[in-house]
Amino acid sequence: MIAVENLNVFFGHGQTRNHAVKDVGFTVEKGESFGLVGESGSGKSTVLNCISGLLTHWKGRIEIDGVRLMQTRNMAFCRKVQMVFQDPYGSLHPRHTIDRTLKEPVKIHRLGDANNRVARVLDDVGLGAKFRFRFPHQLSGGQRQRVAVARALILDPEIILLDEPTSALDVSIQAEVLNLLQDIRREKNLTYILVSHDLAVVSHMCNRLLVMNRGKTVETITRNQLKSGAISEKYTTQLLVAGKGYDRTAIDQFQDFR
Amino acid sequence: MTENTPLLTVNDLSVVFPSPKGEVCAVNNVSFSMGREKIGVVGESGSGKSLTGRAVLRLLPPYARVGASDITFKGRNLLSCSEKQMRKIRGMEISMVMQDPKYSLNPVRTVGEQIREAYTIHHKAGKKQARQKTLDMLKAVRIRNPEQVYGLYPHEVSGGMGQRIMIAMMLIPEPSLLIADEPTSALDVTVQLQVLAILDDLVGERGMGLIFISHDLALVSSFCDRVIIMYGGQIMEVVDAGNLHKSNHPYTKGLLSCLPKIDGTQDHLPTLVRDDVWLKPVPGRVNGEAAS
Amino acid sequence: MMTHKALKTGGMGEWLLADTPDSAFQAWAGRAYLGLMAFMKNRLAVLGLLIIAILIIIAVLAPVIAPYDPVETNIGNRLQPLSFTHYFGTDEMGRDIFSRIVWGSRLTLYVIGLVAIIAAPVGILVGTVAGYFGGIIDTMLMRITDIFLAFPKLILALAFVSALGPGIENAIIAISITSWPPYARIARAETITIRNSDFIKAVKLQGASALRIIAGHIMPLCLPSLIIRVTLDMAGIILTAAGLGFLGLGAQPPSPEWGAMTSSGRTYIIDHWWLITMPGTAIFIVSLAFNLLGDGLREVLDPRSDN
Repeated sequence: MIAVENLNVFFGHGQTRNHAVKDVGFTVEKGESFGLVGESGSGKSTVLNCISGLLTHWKGRIEIDGVRLMQTRNMAFCRKVQMVFQDPYGSLHPRHTIDRTLKEPVKIHRLGDANNRVARVLDDVGLGAKFRFRFPHQLSGGQRQRVAVARALILDPEIILLDEPTSALDVSIQAEVLNLLQDIRREKNLTYILVSHDLAVVSHMCNRLLVMNRGKTVETITRNQLKSGAISEKYTTQLLVAGKGYDRTAIDQFQDFR
Repeated sequence: MTENTPLLTVNDLSVVFPSPKGEVCAVNNVSFSMGREKIGVVGESGSGKSLTGRAVLRLLPPYARVGASDITFKGRNLLSCSEKQMRKIRGMEISMVMQDPKYSLNPVRTVGEQIREAYTIHHKAGKKQARQKTLDMLKAVRIRNPEQVYGLYPHEVSGGMGQRIMIAMMLIPEPSLLIADEPTSALDVTVQLQVLAILDDLVGERGMGLIFISHDLALVSSFCDRVIIMYGGQIMEVVDAGNLHKSNHPYTKGLLSCLPKIDGTQDHLPTLVRDDVWLKPVPGRVNGEAAS
Repeated sequence: MMTHKALKTGGMGEWLLADTPDSAFQAWAGRAYLGLMAFMKNRLAVLGLLIIAILIIIAVLAPVIAPYDPVETNIGNRLQPLSFTHYFGTDEMGRDIFSRIVWGSRLTLYVIGLVAIIAAPVGILVGTVAGYFGGIIDTMLMRITDIFLAFPKLILALAFVSALGPGIENAIIAISITSWPPYARIARAETITIRNSDFIKAVKLQGASALRIIAGHIMPLCLPSLIIRVTLDMAGIILTAAGLGFLGLGAQPPSPEWGAMTSSGRTYIIDHWWLITMPGTAIFIVSLAFNLLGDGLREVLDPRSDN
């Protein structure tokens, strides 16, 4: 469904030019949930922004359903691919009610029947009608993230790009949002690309994942490999150890991978 | 905990904020006592964990009402201290490391100058001696080229380096208690652990007490000696870190079970069911455990 | 239906502060109510608003309030001091100063109203377009703005009025032309901070056009700081209009414009102080009122004080 080949992204010019993504490639099947894992500066979010079309100065090949994507995207693409952002406090317009935020895409695509669509999608994300006319500041972080998911769903997309969707949330809320995301994917047969720094979240959500470091692909592994510890790359092993908590002796063996 | 004189004792601490819809009690009857140990304060956002740390140092905005029956630090009653005495205690006796070093450092002065100043405020020392002390401290937080880092401005250092500099700055007056409020939450996991290792070593070497405030239960339980679990402004329980997994409190159990695990299944994660019963103050239980 | 029930059972306050509004209107009303509560806490701002409200009432009811015709001259009755027949005395042509000030409030409102209607939209449009698109569009629009900002406001207005010819309409045009650049600057600065936020990215990914994003998503967020700035500028606009009037380039005699009144009264300042003091005080009070109101609005509307 999604194929990325030889993706390269540069930021800046001349001396300060930064090769943010180096020859990254992967494929995602329909209905699959694919993970992109890495630390800050690994380029994982940049890859997502290239696919979504928020970044336009990339080089390489991105295909969706066998159709090669250009730098600019059309309306049909918007209906097919939607995105959920990391910060639930920054991703909703502070002066628009939830109702207005959700109606906006319906109006843009002239789909009609806005009221019913909003009610249905609010139900889908488990919020219900009483939240409809609130402002974002009247919602908790988890509720806001549900609204962000609802906004992505209202156009009935086939692919949802998730950029650290739970890293700003408390763990108990994270569990609720992850459960919601999984239910929706199964119900609507969606394809996910999930970006996260947290190996546990990715392994909970995805069967295959790509580990990135400093713009480069480290390796593509399956969830089972992660579970059994059958990992060849040292970088991934270190990430795995670090995710398990504070261990004084293990920390002394940490390396800086270039 | 076998120490006879605790480093810090807090009894019945509460913090109340006024709001348009009536007063909000953000911290309610919090009592604990600690020696020279690493104690973790864990809770979700809004649990009052950060406010507890700040209330001890009297760092809350003036409209917040702080009440306590007792806050004793090394035998001194902090409640009766004047603002001037508190200023001396802050920094020299009790230091605080915040989440983001970018906001805690002055952007127009080099980090070296700022650390040196932190030293000279509390110690009478010549410029040269203070500089040497600063360089030693930078070395102690495992910065490989202290001479070079001394002359850098805060925006020129990475997040992990910035947090090490903050730790250096906070530890140079040799306080006996460090309050670290989410000191590593903004950092990558590996860097986070490296910074914690430095903190761990320094606190151990100097025999300091450490209050480690964090939302990350797994991290705190592997790093600290004891864990205080807070919810809704109250202490749910105080447990030894090693026994955390055996905890019987439904909130602690809920927090632990809702974390996704690498070796777990992809089924629904258990969600936390909050219960207002937890919030009813049960005198005796909280105080009894805290004093143990 | 639901809203009516809420009104009856819970009262107005409860309806306004409801956690779960039933309609978009209720949500906005609740928000406005909280803003009003915050505004009411600032006594000086309320005083400012009160003065402006009184000014508007005076302007509307001018024919009822003013005891005399503001332009009718009566040479035999000239330079009368303050009395119960002429509250503020009479001027060098025997016209009742109180009546002239009352009628002059209409001119003042006319000037600031029109300037706000012309300058603010131009400023916000130029600023948001420049800020959103960036690049060459930004450079061009901002350099034009810089050219206007390079001249002192009154001098530029003077030049325009001299070219267009004296008169109150031309004064308004001249003041508008010189007032929009600061608004464009403010709107551009706000837009640049807003355009990279996630909620703008989200609406971009939904396929919204640039026009839709600017008008529906960016402008509403620029409005508060712009309203504050326009309100604070009102004082300056009144003074510029008065200044033009004083120099004989604004409203033409015998129209009762406050600035022109101070100008014609200045020759009598030693012996007949009320000629210049009364309109001068009126200018002072109204300018002050707008400043106080602007400060109060800043506290309520400033997005940075939002929590």
